[in-house]
Amino acid sequence: MAKIKLADIAQARSGDKGDGSNVGIFVHNQADYDWLREVLTPARVKEHFKAICFGDVVRYEAPNMLALNFILHDSLGGGGSESLKTDAQGKTHGLALLEMEIER
Amino acid sequence: MRDKVLIANGQGFWGDSILGPVRLVREGPLDYLALDYLAEVTMSIMQKLKGRNPKAGYATDFVAMLDRILPEAAEKGIKIIANAGGVNPGACLEAVMDLARKKGVKGLKVGIIEGDDILHRIDELLASGEELKNLDDGRPLTEIADRISSANVYIGAPAVAECLAQGADIVIGGRITDPALVAGPLMHEFGWSPDAYDELAAATVAGHIVECGAQCTGGNFTAWRDIEDFVKIGYPVIEAHSDGTFYVTKHADTGGLVDRRTVIHQLLYEMGDPERYLGPDCTADFTSAVIEEDGPNRVKVSGVRGTAPTDTFKASISYHDGYKASGQLTVSGPEALAKAKLCADIVFGRLALDGVTFDDDQRCVEFVGSGVCHAGIVDEVDPPEVVLRIGVKDKDKAKVDRFGMEIVPLVTSGPPGVTGFAGGRPKATDIISYWPALIDKRKVTTDVRVETV
Repeated sequence: MAKIKLADIAQARSGDKGDGSNVGIFVHNQADYDWLREVLTPARVKEHFKAICFGDVVRYEAPNMLALNFILHDSLGGGGSESLKTDAQGKTHGLALLEMEIER
Repeated sequence: MRDKVLIANGQGFWGDSILGPVRLVREGPLDYLALDYLAEVTMSIMQKLKGRNPKAGYATDFVAMLDRILPEAAEKGIKIIANAGGVNPGACLEAVMDLARKKGVKGLKVGIIEGDDILHRIDELLASGEELKNLDDGRPLTEIADRISSANVYIGAPAVAECLAQGADIVIGGRITDPALVAGPLMHEFGWSPDAYDELAAATVAGHIVECGAQCTGGNFTAWRDIEDFVKIGYPVIEAHSDGTFYVTKHADTGGLVDRRTVIHQLLYEMGDPERYLGPDCTADFTSAVIEEDGPNRVKVSGVRGTAPTDTFKASISYHDGYKASGQLTVSGPEALAKAKLCADIVFGRLALDGVTFDDDQRCVEFVGSGVCHAGIVDEVDPPEVVLRIGVKDKDKAKVDRFGMEIVPLVTSGPPGVTGFAGGRPKATDIISYWPALIDKRKVTTDVRVETV
């Protein structure tokens, strides 16, 4: 088993949903999707974002896009105009998820 | 009935490039130009402007943009759909009529949609049994009722279609949903009934794909090195068919890229549950969409399914929620990171000396350049220089302003290499918070009015 970076097989986009962000991640073939759905659990994503996300992580599946969609609650320092953070809208959370390394 | 309709989005948000709509009108075939000017905070700013001047409170950028594309858009028969009316569609209509007269565009029909603004109806609605409680945490609206700065209902496609049926060449709405800017024209062109849920869901998906302009044509795309010519990036054009099938394209000889990947990127943007995308006209199942490449810069989307909408509209309420201020300084190396951290400690230490303190969760300290966006994911680095970003929030405006006075002094009374202070002392600005709620559809009626230049 070697470690791969999600960026090697996946692409992502993120944005804000209230005081949380959404991170959509997708791959380009069914084999990668079946693997991703297995390993990329909400708990794993929550651990990855432990210094950013302070709420629950919820996962949705969109198999037609070979995609998973994560909601990272409480990850924007309040969100909207309330946030003092540079990335108040979670625009960079997608690329942050692609930094994750997983054994495969 | 046309066999296909071409709809472009030329404005993804208030502040997007004016080149989007100007080039779309100039560079290729088009039936409709959709433009999105609103965000939650925008409505609050517009209510404030309207409070000072009854002729203000709409997106003035829209009128400036029309100045660039009229009379060309009218001559080419391109109809324009925009939520630029903000909280004052009537004033926007007058400004557009004045502009059209000035430019000699005779016979132009301009329509507005009203009824989304419920700010003046809050007491009446509460009295009639609407709770308008916070959709996220269930709090009752009475907690913030004295601090509300805007309140609008998200209006769907039928009002846009009605405005077009009355002959409007330009449709100006307030808080029309972004997808309805696309679904409205399609409902009108193809004669879809309000219960054509699959077709309306398809139009909702199409509207969602294009609602952020170039974000589906190569903008903010993971594989950014694959994108040719960001300068001349093409804005998206939907080629829609009456059965709900549509193609995502862009005009010939424009930059950027439309492929399965760029379209999926945008489908996932600001997504919640992809099986239940709630809108005023239908509930769309984004997982039912079949997405296929159909040639260069052309993606086919078909098979979208939808079901009946809920019996409530979503309302977007904003309210005043205290004050904030934020400032920044650049700290050069050597040991830039250590010195920037010291600077932050000095600011809060000196404020404490003067009896001014802020709770931890009311302040934000970032060392931009050391890895703040991906904190805890990439290793913190000590770069040749960092930008210290420091901010606070509080209910007490005086405390926030006092904070703003303690940043500049670091240049002469902190560690060496502190520079780049521009813009004066950061001043306290209003925090406008967002309160999502639901409202019974029977309590909201929309009015459509069309006038001729």
